Amino acid sequence: MTHDHEHDHEHEHHHDHDHPHDHGPFQPDIKEPTEEWEFLEIAMRELLIQKGIITAREVEDMIEEWDGKVPENGARVIARAWTDPDFKARLLADGNAGVQEMGMDLPGLKLVVLENTPKVHNMIVCTLCSCYPRTILGLPPLWYKSRAYRTRTVREPRAVLAEFGTELPDSVEVRVVDSTADCRYLVMPMRPEGTDGWSAEELARLVTRDSMIGTAVALNPEGARG
Amino acid sequence: MAAFEIGQAVKVRAEHPLQPQPVHIRTPWYLRGKHGVVERRLGEFHNPEDLAVGRYDTPEVTLYWVRFTMDELWSGEGTYGPSDSLVVEIYEQWLEADDDAKSRRAA
Repeated sequence: MTHDHEHDHEHEHHHDHDHPHDHGPFQPDIKEPTEEWEFLEIAMRELLIQKGIITAREVEDMIEEWDGKVPENGARVIARAWTDPDFKARLLADGNAGVQEMGMDLPGLKLVVLENTPKVHNMIVCTLCSCYPRTILGLPPLWYKSRAYRTRTVREPRAVLAEFGTELPDSVEVRVVDSTADCRYLVMPMRPEGTDGWSAEELARLVTRDSMIGTAVALNPEGARG
Repeated sequence: MAAFEIGQAVKVRAEHPLQPQPVHIRTPWYLRGKHGVVERRLGEFHNPEDLAVGRYDTPEVTLYWVRFTMDELWSGEGTYGPSDSLVVEIYEQWLEADDDAKSRRAA
Protein backbone atom coordinates (compact mmCIF):
# COMPACT_ATOMS: atom_id res chain seq x y z
CA MET A 1 0.00 0.00 0.00
CA THR A 2 1.39 3.42 -0.94
CA HIS A 3 1.36 6.47 1.28
CA ASP A 4 -1.10 8.09 -1.11
CA HIS A 5 -3.56 5.31 -0.44
CA GLU A 6 -3.25 5.68 3.28
CA HIS A 7 -3.94 9.37 2.95
CA ASP A 8 -7.08 8.62 0.93
CA HIS A 9 -8.33 6.29 3.63
CA GLU A 10 -7.90 8.95 6.28
CA HIS A 11 -9.80 11.38 4.16
CA GLU A 12 -12.70 8.93 3.78
CA HIS A 13 -12.84 8.41 7.53
CA HIS A 14 -13.23 12.14 8.08
CA HIS A 15 -15.96 12.18 5.50
CA ASP A 16 -17.81 9.42 7.36
CA HIS A 17 -17.61 11.29 10.62
CA ASP A 18 -19.34 14.25 9.02
CA HIS A 19 -22.37 12.11 8.16
CA PRO A 20 -22.94 9.64 10.98
CA HIS A 21 -26.64 9.25 10.09
CA ASP A 22 -25.72 7.88 6.65
CA HIS A 23 -24.19 4.68 8.09
CA GLY A 24 -25.84 1.63 6.58
CA PRO A 25 -24.65 -1.95 6.80
CA PHE A 26 -21.14 -1.88 5.40
CA GLN A 27 -18.15 -4.13 5.39
CA PRO A 28 -15.38 -3.03 7.75
CA ASP A 29 -12.37 -1.64 5.95
CA ILE A 30 -9.15 -3.65 5.80
CA LYS A 31 -7.41 -3.19 9.14
CA GLU A 32 -4.76 -0.49 9.07
CA PRO A 33 -1.35 -1.76 10.18
CA THR A 34 -0.73 -1.16 13.86
CA GLU A 35 1.83 -3.75 14.88
CA GLU A 36 5.56 -3.67 14.50
CA TRP A 37 5.74 -6.72 12.23
CA GLU A 38 3.16 -5.21 9.90
CA PHE A 39 5.18 -2.02 9.49
CA LEU A 40 8.28 -4.15 9.03
CA GLU A 41 6.61 -6.08 6.18
CA ILE A 42 5.49 -2.86 4.45
CA ALA A 43 8.90 -1.25 4.85
CA MET A 44 10.67 -4.34 3.51
CA ARG A 45 8.31 -4.71 0.56
CA GLU A 46 8.52 -1.04 -0.39
CA LEU A 47 12.30 -1.08 -0.15
CA LEU A 48 12.54 -4.17 -2.35
CA ILE A 49 10.26 -2.52 -4.92
CA GLN A 50 12.15 0.81 -4.80
CA LYS A 51 15.47 -0.95 -5.28
CA GLY A 52 14.06 -2.84 -8.28
CA ILE A 53 14.58 -6.28 -6.74
CA ILE A 54 10.90 -7.15 -7.09
CA THR A 55 7.97 -5.32 -8.67
CA ALA A 56 4.56 -4.56 -7.20
CA ARG A 57 3.10 -6.60 -10.07
CA GLU A 58 5.10 -9.64 -8.97
CA VAL A 59 3.75 -9.31 -5.44
CA GLU A 60 0.19 -9.17 -6.77
CA ASP A 61 0.84 -12.13 -9.08
CA MET A 62 2.17 -14.17 -6.18
CA ILE A 63 -0.88 -13.38 -4.05
CA GLU A 64 -3.13 -14.43 -6.94
CA GLU A 65 -1.15 -17.60 -7.47
CA TRP A 66 -1.53 -18.58 -3.81
CA ASP A 67 -5.22 -17.70 -3.80
CA GLY A 68 -5.56 -20.19 -6.68
CA LYS A 69 -4.24 -23.08 -4.59
CA VAL A 70 -7.26 -24.66 -2.98
CA PRO A 71 -8.11 -27.87 -1.07
CA GLU A 72 -10.00 -29.15 -4.12
CA ASN A 73 -6.60 -30.02 -5.60
CA GLY A 74 -5.86 -32.32 -2.68
CA ALA A 75 -9.36 -33.78 -2.96
CA ARG A 76 -8.67 -34.79 -6.58
CA VAL A 77 -5.53 -36.60 -5.45
CA ILE A 78 -7.37 -38.51 -2.72
CA ALA A 79 -10.34 -39.39 -4.94
CA ARG A 80 -8.04 -40.76 -7.61
CA ALA A 81 -6.23 -42.86 -5.01
CA TRP A 82 -9.58 -44.28 -3.88
CA THR A 83 -10.44 -45.36 -7.41
CA ASP A 84 -7.00 -46.31 -8.79
CA PRO A 85 -5.12 -48.85 -6.61
CA ASP A 86 -1.90 -48.53 -8.63
CA PHE A 87 -1.89 -44.76 -8.21
CA LYS A 88 -2.62 -45.15 -4.50
CA ALA A 89 0.38 -47.46 -4.12
CA ARG A 90 2.64 -44.98 -5.92
CA LEU A 91 1.29 -42.07 -3.87
CA LEU A 92 1.86 -43.83 -0.55
CA ALA A 93 5.36 -44.91 -1.61
CA ASP A 94 6.40 -41.45 -2.82
CA GLY A 95 4.02 -38.56 -2.22
CA ASN A 96 5.97 -36.07 -4.35
CA ALA A 97 6.00 -38.38 -7.38
CA GLY A 98 2.31 -39.16 -6.88
CA VAL A 99 1.09 -35.55 -6.86
CA GLN A 100 3.46 -34.69 -9.71
CA GLU A 101 1.43 -37.06 -11.87
CA MET A 102 -1.45 -34.65 -11.26
CA GLY A 103 0.51 -31.50 -11.98
CA MET A 104 1.36 -30.51 -8.41
CA ASP A 105 4.66 -30.35 -6.58
CA LEU A 106 6.29 -29.36 -3.31
CA PRO A 107 9.71 -27.98 -4.19
CA GLY A 108 12.36 -28.85 -1.61
CA LEU A 109 9.99 -30.71 0.71
CA LYS A 110 9.15 -34.38 1.15
CA LEU A 111 5.42 -35.17 0.91
CA VAL A 112 4.26 -38.08 3.05
CA VAL A 113 0.72 -39.34 2.45
CA LEU A 114 -0.80 -40.94 5.54
CA GLU A 115 -3.53 -43.50 4.96
CA ASN A 116 -6.31 -43.67 7.52
CA THR A 117 -7.59 -47.21 8.16
CA PRO A 118 -10.13 -48.81 10.50
CA LYS A 119 -7.22 -49.12 12.96
CA VAL A 120 -5.30 -45.82 12.58
CA HIS A 121 -6.55 -42.24 12.25
CA ASN A 122 -3.84 -39.71 11.40
CA MET A 123 -4.08 -36.06 12.43
CA ILE A 124 -1.63 -33.31 11.51
CA VAL A 125 -0.34 -30.43 13.59
CA CYS A 126 2.72 -28.19 13.52
CA THR A 127 3.55 -27.28 17.10
CA LEU A 128 6.52 -25.10 16.12
CA CYS A 129 4.81 -22.90 13.50
CA SER A 130 2.39 -23.62 10.66
CA CYS A 131 3.95 -26.27 8.37
CA TYR A 132 1.23 -27.34 5.95
CA PRO A 133 1.12 -28.82 2.42
CA ARG A 134 0.28 -25.41 0.96
CA THR A 135 0.80 -26.26 -2.68
CA ILE A 136 -1.72 -29.12 -2.32
CA LEU A 137 -4.28 -27.67 0.12
CA GLY A 138 -3.73 -23.92 -0.20
CA LEU A 139 -3.04 -21.64 2.74
CA PRO A 140 -3.81 -23.18 6.14
CA PRO A 141 -6.97 -22.21 8.04
CA LEU A 142 -6.41 -19.72 10.85
CA TRP A 143 -7.22 -22.30 13.52
CA TYR A 144 -4.41 -24.52 12.25
CA LYS A 145 -1.96 -21.72 13.11
CA SER A 146 -3.59 -20.91 16.47
CA ARG A 147 -1.73 -21.54 19.69
CA ALA A 148 -4.75 -23.46 21.01
CA TYR A 149 -4.77 -26.02 18.18
CA ARG A 150 -0.99 -26.39 18.22
CA THR A 151 -0.65 -26.94 21.95
CA ARG A 152 -3.78 -28.98 22.54
CA THR A 153 -3.62 -31.42 19.62
CA VAL A 154 -0.49 -33.16 20.87
CA ARG A 155 -1.85 -33.48 24.41
CA GLU A 156 -5.60 -33.88 24.08
CA PRO A 157 -6.22 -35.04 20.52
CA ARG A 158 -9.52 -36.71 21.40
CA ALA A 159 -10.88 -33.48 22.88
CA VAL A 160 -9.84 -31.51 19.79
CA LEU A 161 -11.36 -34.12 17.49
CA ALA A 162 -14.62 -34.01 19.46
CA GLU A 163 -14.79 -30.24 18.95
CA PHE A 164 -14.57 -30.89 15.21
CA GLY A 165 -17.45 -33.37 15.59
CA THR A 166 -15.18 -36.37 15.15
CA GLU A 167 -15.71 -39.17 17.67
CA LEU A 168 -13.60 -42.31 17.22
CA PRO A 169 -13.74 -45.51 19.27
CA ASP A 170 -10.85 -46.33 21.59
CA SER A 171 -10.01 -49.26 19.32
CA VAL A 172 -8.77 -46.74 16.74
CA GLU A 173 -5.25 -45.43 17.29
CA VAL A 174 -5.24 -41.66 16.89
CA ARG A 175 -1.80 -40.90 15.57
CA VAL A 176 -0.86 -37.24 15.92
CA VAL A 177 1.85 -36.26 13.46
CA ASP A 178 3.78 -33.17 14.52
CA SER A 179 5.20 -31.59 11.36
CA THR A 180 8.45 -30.04 12.48
CA ALA A 181 10.95 -30.25 9.70
CA ASP A 182 11.36 -31.15 6.03
CA CYS A 183 8.21 -33.25 5.56
CA ARG A 184 4.70 -32.17 4.72
CA TYR A 185 1.74 -34.45 5.31
CA LEU A 186 -1.49 -35.18 3.50
CA VAL A 187 -4.02 -37.41 5.25
CA MET A 188 -5.87 -39.88 3.04
CA PRO A 189 -9.23 -40.30 4.76
CA MET A 190 -11.12 -43.59 4.48
CA ARG A 191 -13.42 -43.86 1.50
CA PRO A 192 -17.00 -43.48 2.74
CA GLU A 193 -19.22 -46.56 2.68
CA GLY A 194 -22.00 -46.57 0.12
CA THR A 195 -19.91 -45.04 -2.66
CA ASP A 196 -19.26 -48.17 -4.74
CA GLY A 197 -19.12 -47.37 -8.41
CA TRP A 198 -18.72 -43.62 -7.87
CA SER A 199 -16.36 -41.79 -10.22
CA ALA A 200 -13.30 -39.96 -8.95
CA GLU A 201 -15.03 -36.64 -9.75
CA GLU A 202 -18.04 -37.58 -7.62
CA LEU A 203 -15.87 -38.86 -4.78
CA ALA A 204 -13.72 -35.71 -4.72
CA ARG A 205 -16.73 -33.74 -3.47
CA LEU A 206 -16.71 -35.83 -0.27
CA VAL A 207 -13.06 -35.04 0.51
CA THR A 208 -12.97 -31.93 2.69
CA ARG A 209 -9.96 -29.89 3.68
CA ASP A 210 -10.39 -30.97 7.31
CA SER A 211 -10.48 -34.64 6.32
CA MET A 212 -7.06 -34.18 4.70
CA ILE A 213 -5.71 -32.53 7.88
CA GLY A 214 -7.26 -35.33 9.92
CA THR A 215 -9.55 -33.30 12.15
CA ALA A 216 -12.53 -34.88 10.38
CA VAL A 217 -13.48 -37.89 8.30
CA ALA A 218 -14.70 -37.65 4.70
CA LEU A 219 -18.33 -36.68 4.09
CA ASN A 220 -20.95 -39.40 3.75
CA PRO A 221 -22.61 -40.16 0.36
CA GLU A 222 -25.26 -37.53 1.07
CA GLY A 223 -22.50 -34.94 1.35
CA ALA A 224 -23.03 -34.46 5.09
CA ARG A 225 -20.62 -34.90 7.97
CA GLY A 226 -20.48 -38.60 8.79
CA MET B 1 25.46 -43.78 7.18
CA ALA B 2 22.33 -43.70 9.29
CA ALA B 3 23.03 -44.24 12.96
CA PHE B 4 19.70 -45.71 14.05
CA GLU B 5 17.72 -48.72 12.85
CA ILE B 6 14.00 -48.92 12.30
CA GLY B 7 12.42 -50.27 15.48
CA GLN B 8 15.31 -49.11 17.65
CA ALA B 9 14.52 -47.56 21.04
CA VAL B 10 15.84 -43.99 21.23
CA LYS B 11 15.82 -41.06 23.60
CA VAL B 12 15.56 -37.43 22.57
CA ARG B 13 18.46 -35.49 24.01
CA ALA B 14 17.42 -33.59 27.11
CA GLU B 15 19.28 -30.47 26.05
CA HIS B 16 18.01 -26.92 26.01
CA PRO B 17 20.75 -24.95 24.32
CA LEU B 18 20.29 -21.19 24.42
CA GLN B 19 23.87 -20.38 23.46
CA PRO B 20 25.62 -19.53 21.26
CA GLN B 21 23.05 -17.20 19.76
CA PRO B 22 21.36 -17.35 17.39
CA VAL B 23 19.84 -20.77 18.06
CA HIS B 24 17.30 -22.41 15.76
CA ILE B 25 15.93 -25.78 16.86
CA ARG B 26 13.29 -28.00 15.26
CA THR B 27 13.02 -30.45 18.14
CA PRO B 28 9.93 -29.45 20.13
CA TRP B 29 10.57 -28.74 23.80
CA TYR B 30 7.90 -31.19 25.01
CA LEU B 31 9.85 -34.09 23.48
CA ARG B 32 13.24 -33.40 25.05
CA GLY B 33 14.31 -36.31 27.24
CA LYS B 34 11.41 -38.51 26.07
CA HIS B 35 11.74 -42.13 24.99
CA GLY B 36 10.46 -43.32 21.62
CA VAL B 37 11.01 -45.79 18.80
CA VAL B 38 12.41 -45.12 15.33
CA GLU B 39 9.57 -45.82 12.93
CA ARG B 40 10.90 -44.67 9.57
CA ARG B 41 13.96 -43.14 7.98
CA LEU B 42 13.04 -40.08 5.94
CA GLY B 43 16.34 -39.42 4.21
CA GLU B 44 19.18 -36.91 4.38
CA PHE B 45 18.45 -33.22 4.71
CA HIS B 46 20.37 -30.04 5.28
CA ASN B 47 20.39 -29.28 8.97
CA PRO B 48 17.94 -26.41 9.56
CA GLU B 49 19.94 -25.44 12.65
CA ASP B 50 22.72 -24.50 10.23
CA LEU B 51 20.60 -23.14 7.38
CA ALA B 52 18.77 -20.76 9.70
CA VAL B 53 21.99 -18.97 10.57
CA GLY B 54 23.53 -18.96 7.10
CA ARG B 55 25.77 -22.02 7.33
CA TYR B 56 25.04 -23.63 3.98
CA ASP B 57 28.08 -25.88 3.52
CA THR B 58 27.66 -28.26 6.45
CA PRO B 59 26.98 -31.98 5.83
CA GLU B 60 23.43 -33.29 5.53
CA VAL B 61 21.96 -35.15 8.48
CA THR B 62 19.52 -38.07 8.64
CA LEU B 63 15.94 -37.27 9.56
CA TYR B 64 13.87 -39.90 11.38
CA TRP B 65 10.27 -40.50 12.22
CA VAL B 66 10.16 -41.24 15.93
CA ARG B 67 7.03 -42.59 17.56
CA PHE B 68 6.05 -41.92 21.18
CA THR B 69 3.22 -43.25 23.30
CA MET B 70 0.97 -40.55 24.72
CA ASP B 71 1.59 -41.91 28.23
CA GLU B 72 5.35 -41.38 27.76
CA LEU B 73 4.69 -37.73 26.93
CA TRP B 74 1.88 -36.83 29.31
CA SER B 75 1.72 -39.55 32.02
CA GLY B 76 -2.05 -39.70 31.80
CA GLU B 77 -2.49 -35.91 32.01
CA GLY B 78 -4.23 -35.51 28.67
CA THR B 79 -7.29 -36.51 26.67
CA TYR B 80 -6.23 -39.48 24.56
CA GLY B 81 -7.10 -43.11 23.99
CA PRO B 82 -5.08 -46.09 25.24
CA SER B 83 -3.45 -46.77 21.87
CA ASP B 84 -3.00 -43.16 20.70
CA SER B 85 0.48 -42.10 19.69
CA LEU B 86 2.54 -39.21 18.39
CA VAL B 87 4.95 -39.26 15.49
CA VAL B 88 7.46 -36.51 14.84
CA GLU B 89 10.43 -35.81 12.60
CA ILE B 90 13.68 -35.58 14.56
CA TYR B 91 17.19 -35.03 13.22
CA GLU B 92 19.87 -37.53 14.07
CA GLN B 93 21.90 -35.19 16.29
CA TRP B 94 18.97 -34.96 18.71
CA LEU B 95 18.72 -38.73 19.25
CA GLU B 96 20.69 -41.16 21.35
CA ALA B 97 20.34 -44.95 21.66
CA ASP B 98 18.09 -45.93 24.54
CA ASP B 99 19.79 -49.15 25.59
CA ASP B 100 17.91 -49.33 28.89
CA ALA B 101 14.49 -49.47 27.23
CA LYS B 102 14.14 -53.26 27.62
CA SER B 103 15.13 -53.38 31.27
CA ARG B 104 12.87 -50.41 32.02
CA ARG B 105 9.90 -52.21 30.47
CA ALA B 106 10.70 -55.35 32.46
CA ALA B 107 10.86 -53.42 35.73
